[in-house]
Amino acid sequence: MYKIVKKQELTTNIYLMEVEAKRVAKSCEPGQFVIVRVDSEGERIPLTICDYNREAGTVTIVFQTVGAGTKLMAVLEEGDALHDFVGPLGCPSEFVKEDIEELKNKKILFVAGGVGAAPVYPQVKWLHERGVAADVIVGSKTKDLLILEKEMEAVAGNLYVTTDDGSYGRSGMVTQTIKDLIAEGNQYDVCVAIGPMIMMKFVCLLTKELNLPTIVSLNPIMVDGTGMCGACRVTVGGKVKFACVDGPEFDGHAVNFDEAMRRQAMYKTEEGRAILEVEEGDTHHGGCGVCH
Amino acid sequence: MDVMKKVPVREQDAKERATNFKEVCLGYNMEEAMAEASRCINCKNAQCVKGCPVAIDIPGFINKVKEGDVEAAYQVISEASALPAVCGRVCPQETQCEGKCIRGIKGEPVSIGKLERFVADWAREKGIKPEGPKEKKGKKVAVIGSGPAGLTCAGDLAKMGYDVTIFEALHEPGGVLVYGIPEFRLPKEDVVAKEIENVKALGVTIETNVVIGKSVTIDELMDEEGFSAVFIGSGAGLPKFMGIPGENSNGVFSANEYLTRSNLMKAFDEHSRTPIMHGKKVAVVGGGNVAMDAARTALRLGAEVHIVYRRSEEELPARVEEVHHAKEEGIIFDLLTNPTEILADEKGWVTGMKCIRMELGEPDASGRRRPVEIPDSEFTMELDTVIMSLGTSPNPLISSTTEGLEVNKWKCIVADEADGKTTKEGVYAGGDAVTGAATVILAMGAGKAAAKGIDEYLSNK
Repeated sequence: MYKIVKKQELTTNIYLMEVEAKRVAKSCEPGQFVIVRVDSEGERIPLTICDYNREAGTVTIVFQTVGAGTKLMAVLEEGDALHDFVGPLGCPSEFVKEDIEELKNKKILFVAGGVGAAPVYPQVKWLHERGVAADVIVGSKTKDLLILEKEMEAVAGNLYVTTDDGSYGRSGMVTQTIKDLIAEGNQYDVCVAIGPMIMMKFVCLLTKELNLPTIVSLNPIMVDGTGMCGACRVTVGGKVKFACVDGPEFDGHAVNFDEAMRRQAMYKTEEGRAILEVEEGDTHHGGCGVCH
Repeated sequence: MDVMKKVPVREQDAKERATNFKEVCLGYNMEEAMAEASRCINCKNAQCVKGCPVAIDIPGFINKVKEGDVEAAYQVISEASALPAVCGRVCPQETQCEGKCIRGIKGEPVSIGKLERFVADWAREKGIKPEGPKEKKGKKVAVIGSGPAGLTCAGDLAKMGYDVTIFEALHEPGGVLVYGIPEFRLPKEDVVAKEIENVKALGVTIETNVVIGKSVTIDELMDEEGFSAVFIGSGAGLPKFMGIPGENSNGVFSANEYLTRSNLMKAFDEHSRTPIMHGKKVAVVGGGNVAMDAARTALRLGAEVHIVYRRSEEELPARVEEVHHAKEEGIIFDLLTNPTEILADEKGWVTGMKCIRMELGEPDASGRRRPVEIPDSEFTMELDTVIMSLGTSPNPLISSTTEGLEVNKWKCIVADEADGKTTKEGVYAGGDAVTGAATVILAMGAGKAAAKGIDEYLSNK
């Protein structure tokens, strides 16, 4: 069992949990993820690592309540425990292995969308701790849904916040901010974009035009997270890759996003049904027409 | 009673079992077991023992069953095997112990597997456990993977008095016994979990949720955590795909994924929070035991199921009993058929599979006749689900993070067959991680050999 030492509701339906997981805390690096099971009946939920404390032996995760599993997880409080917490899974971000002096000469632009701010944070923090200042764009639908702004501000070189509805910071999608920054004369060597699949797709379409190499972090459906099931296969540069062991970070310009998005929706109906059954309980009678 | 024939074993009716996940074979009762045991002629130079990868004293335990002393029979088996209830169910006895049985020359061999199962089930129901070590050696051994190889190696080392910890990547111990083999062939709670409890009762600790190579490396286990030796029994977990067009369409799964969802995550149960595709018309590509398991699972979830295999029935790698059960339940066999493309609708969902008919040509390197395409014989099967069951290969997570550990071109760990010794000092390996996908009992045999190898190494150190 993995004790929850801190829980915070960052905004509606987005939660942060700091969890005791000594082995993961000791060995994880930016870019990696964990798989969590809430209880003994739980499904395996892949979640990105938002922060870690090697001394305290804790790992911080951020999640949005999208399915039955994450909803059950959101009910847990400080002092409760998660049944399973395995990781770190996947490969660390490329820059972790790069020479620090070379990194200092690189202009890196991070683009975070929605909950994507969580996996971006430890990367920017890792660089900050080594004297590398990276620019960060954080986008969210509205001001209310914005997360980790203060934390990001503390570690980013320049932080640009944008909301789709203009309720806070700049107005418009993250792609607009990228265009603006370039127009304002900023130059970047590499972009790291993490967020909803559709956001990453459009960031990549833009950065390809701008000739700006872009790394994305994919979050396809997974079961084991160790290369065993192949549910997470994605096509990158015409080759089939397993996001859990070959990724989750890939060259964004080579990713087949349309296929990835299609595959992500594979269990949508089943998942939706499962949620409805939980919510409606005995009154659920399968109005969707596909229930038994 | 006809002594030339096995005492028949009771099974769930084929029509009924095709709609549930309860165990197919019901096993012998005391009377049936004693009758079957009496068919054993107690050969002096028992061939059956030579056919057993873990060398169980087969005439010895059968003799005890004959006498009605099942507890003594259990202790005889336990000396050699940590997982008798599992082996009695999933070992390919027909090519091992029973394949060598003298009775089999003129009639049917003694039903050794079913007798082993009877003894193990009886002991479990009576709460009898194997005996633990008399004294401790004070040395720590790490075992990676809690499948058949790891459990056997750990159990043997614990009996010798070593302090053993098993590291398991998934949330539940058992490896292929829990994620791969279905409930209807190997009940999880009643059989697998109980046998794992028996291994724990010998003093073995199991730490789940540890991915060796990610959470901690082998070098760290040896240098920082005080393990004097390591056994790698991490299996062959990476699924293969065909590489044909359309394979990433929605509705195409590896057998590993499909079976893991159903077996480990219990997705066959409507109350499970893990979803599984309830296909209406399913093709399983491949002809091994895993293909049979996937096909029979899909059938139980309500589908019409086709096995698509490129060779003929004779070459099916699956056990005869599994093929027989699958046919009885209504699985359709499309033999000498090879997929060439998976077809999908505009939203990317599977609608069918293009196939070509095959015929058998000259024998290939494996000695089996090579299947060759028959020109202009393409046709399309209408389907909504395709399950690829083409075999698996070892996961490179461990080999790529352990310096000095040699692998061959198939990414299998290079290890001595006799004692499991690898190219790295103090590190031993066995099972599918070394051989590539094989059987439960061969993995157990390798785990057993490695336990002996580790004991010799640590005794001389």
